[in-house]
Amino acid sequence: MRVQFKTGYDQDIRLFADAREALRYAALLAIAAALPFLLDDFLIGEATNVLIWAIAGMGLMALTGHAGQPSLGHAAFLASGCYANAILMGRFDLPFLLAFPLAGLFTGLVGVMVAIPALRLHGIYLAIATLALSILTEDIIVLAEPWTGGIAGMIAPTISIAGVEVDRLASPGQFYWLCLAVAVVVTLGYRNLLRAPLGRAFLAIRDSEISAQAMGVNLAGTKTAAFGLSCMVTGWAGALMGHFFYTFNHEVFTVVISIQLLLMIVIGGLGSIQGAYYGAAVVGIIPQAINVARDGVVEVFGGGGVAIPGLETGIFGLILIGFILFEPLGIYGRIAKWRLYFELFPFYRRDMFRRQKSYLKTERLR
Amino acid sequence: MRFLDIRDVTVRFDGVTALEGVSCAVEEGEIFAIVGPNGAGKSTLFNLISRFCEPASGDVLFEGASILGHSPPDIATLGIARTFQNIELFERSTVLQNLLIGRHTRRRASIPLQLVFAPSVRREEIAHRGAVERVIDFLDLQPYREKIIAGLPYGVRKVVEIGRALAMEPRLILLDEPASGLSVEEAGDMRFWIDDIRRRLGVTVVMVEHNMNLVSAVSDRVMVLADGRPIALGTPAEVQAEPSVVEAYLGAGMAVP
Repeated sequence: MRVQFKTGYDQDIRLFADAREALRYAALLAIAAALPFLLDDFLIGEATNVLIWAIAGMGLMALTGHAGQPSLGHAAFLASGCYANAILMGRFDLPFLLAFPLAGLFTGLVGVMVAIPALRLHGIYLAIATLALSILTEDIIVLAEPWTGGIAGMIAPTISIAGVEVDRLASPGQFYWLCLAVAVVVTLGYRNLLRAPLGRAFLAIRDSEISAQAMGVNLAGTKTAAFGLSCMVTGWAGALMGHFFYTFNHEVFTVVISIQLLLMIVIGGLGSIQGAYYGAAVVGIIPQAINVARDGVVEVFGGGGVAIPGLETGIFGLILIGFILFEPLGIYGRIAKWRLYFELFPFYRRDMFRRQKSYLKTERLR
Repeated sequence: MRFLDIRDVTVRFDGVTALEGVSCAVEEGEIFAIVGPNGAGKSTLFNLISRFCEPASGDVLFEGASILGHSPPDIATLGIARTFQNIELFERSTVLQNLLIGRHTRRRASIPLQLVFAPSVRREEIAHRGAVERVIDFLDLQPYREKIIAGLPYGVRKVVEIGRALAMEPRLILLDEPASGLSVEEAGDMRFWIDDIRRRLGVTVVMVEHNMNLVSAVSDRVMVLADGRPIALGTPAEVQAEPSVVEAYLGAGMAVP
């Protein structure tokens, strides 16, 4: 195990702990940027899908994983970002580079407006309230037909950045790079947030609202900021999703998407930025893996390739149950344990991550 | 002008009267202890000062101004820090992050600046870190800096919680049972720390404590509460000799051996 010799406070504050870590992330980014040259168009599409899910996952992770506010309504914010972006580009003829940030800001504002009544709710009650929002979204999209195209849906306008046409089908590589750029910017902002006072305030209200208040953290303000930032990022993911799907209508952003997003960050590992990426990878890979497996099964047993309804959801549910039972810290936690195992080899003990029982909490003041 | 002035406060929770007609004044630089049997209203008095509950009547003044119109975060901004009887730390964060939360009232940067981590934010963070390091030095928390709270022993958590309150650089600190659950050695350390908080950091201390050895060793004055009413107020020696105090603790007809 390498022990870092620290000589200044900045070593704990800067982005990367040491040169090795910086190099690791630089290599990762280089590989990610080179993917369009290495993979075919179909796989690039899948990689783009994973990136978009990861951006949405980071949005929800900030709210649920770090600020401790569960939301089952994030499909609504995906929809808000998606439609806002398409309307700004289609109706108001704004260029993508203007429409896209505005769509995020608009969704952030929607999130703030949702947060204000939701401030009085905790835990499961907040989840139910946001679930209602998710269910409402479909109807709102249908009712707002003059703007959203209702049941017929909308077509995402073509993106043009500095004269270059970025189209999901014609130039998947460029669209992938666009998504990668957004993902990198969001990740950096997220990292900055976590090392700044607001990020610490998020952790504080997650673990103890009462002592957060006693330390001077404004509960309402912090929760509103969490909702606003989370929804802004989710809105951006929604905008990209719109371009990725090319056409979309009220049936795209269902409550199932909200649930999938929440499951995704739980599988990835609550309370870690990497968790959003791991979860997105799982969500992206499962449908493909099932397809491949189904072909294999059909080849071996025959049966003519009948689609089994609900198979994907069922497998996803099984994976989730497995994680909650055996690895509540998600993929992130599992990887952290493996790393520690190899760093400490042969001194790793099985109970190293076992938490001490937490002591009685002052819940009665709520 | 009194530093902290509690004037004739009454607190009721539905039918139960938790505090009735309690008045006391704490001078700046004093160590003031509140003792009393369980359910006497000691923690309610703390929760009243940190504005987690409302009085039915009476007033609480800090440096001459009423604090009843303030919310709990405002109280922290005024320079009143507190700890909790059952330890309310941020369980899934490190000791360092917990102590840095204590600096929350002193943050200056706006949210957009924090998101891009502007140079001013970095300077601020380094300054906060310096202040937190002084607290870590003061309380000998160096071995635990990077540890997650959830894995720390009880005695260390108690100290971290005091450290978090001290990181605020408060003028008044409210300690709710600082020595409860501590071993004899840890309680002995606590005694010196409480003394040092006043002497070296110049912070006024109000504490609720059951450990009478600790109370008589460090406090200047003691108030005894029983059933929500103050029954004695004075130096530790005076209070312990008071017949009504002996009665409240041991029942009528007993004498101090």
